[in-house]
Amino acid sequence: MSEAQLIQGNEACARGALAAGCNFYGGYPITPSSEIAEHMVRMLPDAGGVFVQMEDEIASLAAVIGASLAGSKAMTATSGPGFSLMQEHIGFAVMAEVPCVVVNVMRGGPSTGLPTSPSQGDVMQARWGTHGDHPAIVLAPSSVGEVFDLTVRAFNLAERFRTPVILLYDEVIGHTRESVQLPEKVEIVDRVRPDGDAADFLPKAADATGVPPLPAFGDGYRFHVTGLSHDERGFPTDDGHVAGALLDRIHTKVSDYEDEITAAETFMLDDAEVALFAYGIVGRSAREAVLRSRDAGIKAGLIRPTTLWPFPSQQVAAAAAQVDKVIVAEMNLGQMIGEVERATAGQAEVVGHMRADGEPITPSELVGVVSAGGGGGH
Amino acid sequence: MADVKTYLREWAMPHVLCPGCAHGIVMRGFLDAIDQLQIDQDKVAVVAGIGCSSRIVGYIDFCTLHGTHGRAPAFATGLKLARPDLHVMVITGDGDGLAIGGNHLIHAARRNIDMTVMLLNNSIYGMTGGQAAPTTPAGAVASTTPAGNTEPNFDACKLMIGAGASFVARVLAANPIEMSKVIADGVRHPGFSFIEIISDCPEYYGRYNKVGGGAEMLTWMARRDAGVAVPLSEKKFVEHVPSSPVPTGLTTGVLERDIRPVFTGVRKQEPQ
Repeated sequence: MSEAQLIQGNEACARGALAAGCNFYGGYPITPSSEIAEHMVRMLPDAGGVFVQMEDEIASLAAVIGASLAGSKAMTATSGPGFSLMQEHIGFAVMAEVPCVVVNVMRGGPSTGLPTSPSQGDVMQARWGTHGDHPAIVLAPSSVGEVFDLTVRAFNLAERFRTPVILLYDEVIGHTRESVQLPEKVEIVDRVRPDGDAADFLPKAADATGVPPLPAFGDGYRFHVTGLSHDERGFPTDDGHVAGALLDRIHTKVSDYEDEITAAETFMLDDAEVALFAYGIVGRSAREAVLRSRDAGIKAGLIRPTTLWPFPSQQVAAAAAQVDKVIVAEMNLGQMIGEVERATAGQAEVVGHMRADGEPITPSELVGVVSAGGGGGH
Repeated sequence: MADVKTYLREWAMPHVLCPGCAHGIVMRGFLDAIDQLQIDQDKVAVVAGIGCSSRIVGYIDFCTLHGTHGRAPAFATGLKLARPDLHVMVITGDGDGLAIGGNHLIHAARRNIDMTVMLLNNSIYGMTGGQAAPTTPAGAVASTTPAGNTEPNFDACKLMIGAGASFVARVLAANPIEMSKVIADGVRHPGFSFIEIISDCPEYYGRYNKVGGGAEMLTWMARRDAGVAVPLSEKKFVEHVPSSPVPTGLTTGVLERDIRPVFTGVRKQEPQ
């Protein structure tokens, strides 16, 4: 571990990216994510990487995908309006199976909304924003230190599964400065590259892992990349069997490893009667609310997912089995609560506490919700 | 002419292009240019968008990226900045490059990234069934301009010169020898090179405007037998169909060539 240092969430993201081996950044300015770009442009060149400010967010993710196909570990960062524009290329990266990391520092929406205020309004867009059926890997840190860790994890998952990974946190986490000790060395995963004869190379033929090896453009394997449904040669086809099999594989390469991807922290759940479900900055408020509620004699606990998608259904179900009530607190008008209800499957009562007014949910607010028996909000 | 089979994915044939479409001539011309340049085949990356012209990249044996509609220059930017040793080229169409992708095209030109963009202009959206494009001449009939187009059209080369492209040329698919030479010149050019290639769409443009099939359209193109600039105030233009997709006064050849600083991304500069 390095010495303790006071850094901002967005800086931790940039540092995590570098630690993970990121060597390409393409982005477009947008509040409240711009500091990520500003840190990357200062650090990336010395680390041997390349930075480019593109003309918009569509182009940013296109450049990132181009760089990734050239062998780089590439990322971009944005916020709501830019994230909407990136949906086109998130879908492309899913279909063409191009590893990349997209950071969305959430602000109030819809549209231009509340540019400098936090929100968790994009959690469903992160899952379903691009058209068509697709898997999604979405990580949600709650602190500056966790931003660093999950940025590294985002790159590793992207490389391992050949898919875009979304790091989702809100404005408060992006702009909060906290004292952190960053690891000097992190575990790094690199994409599998082919080693066979280039003449026999089938760019979309996968082994049992479901993830085909990916060479870099220019390394002797000449291959075709397309967003159209394609066969193992990577060539477009409208054969329903082939298209269906491709989509199946693109899903199962992620869903088969859900246990390794999903993650959730639990806190004081063992004897809890009421569980708070919260992620991101709300997870911090909820943790404090658990402590204060316990001081007031209420057996509260917390489940805090750090992987939002795939949704940690098993962890939530296990937590729900122990309690009478689950209170879902989120800075939106009710998005993850539907997933919690599904996972809980009637084992416990599920109530929501939501607000989408640009104000973070506070510990005192949640203590009030817990003591009142849950529910309410805006 | 070179034997270009080395550069073809014959297994991917037959191609999707219609009979009479000149895009095949352009593909051949491009491969001839690559052959003239004797570039390592493994070091060529060709990026395309969406549309008839963009489908060419499926049939040529390089590293090929068939991206999203209009975004090819942005994909190509990331590719080139990440791998400066690659020869990066873009094949796009007039709808792809000048409508949905106009923003990416002008910024790639402005940055002067070392890449070559070939824009195949057939004056119409072919793949989606013959809708009007930003290049459809005023008065011309398309499926979305059944009474004749009432919008003015882009001059792609002027646009590119204005955006700062350091090499700009216009060639005709009807003149494949010159086309290959100019493409090779564009690839050799250090910086952003833009080549508008006037192609045809007999299936839609030719049929809707009753100007004949591929052979006739190429012949008109070669003769520059144009007569499109009918003032919008003349109501009669609705009946007056253009005789060629090549507007009057269209100049061909290299229109701009300048040596300017090439953008390679924000990166650690190698000691000179």
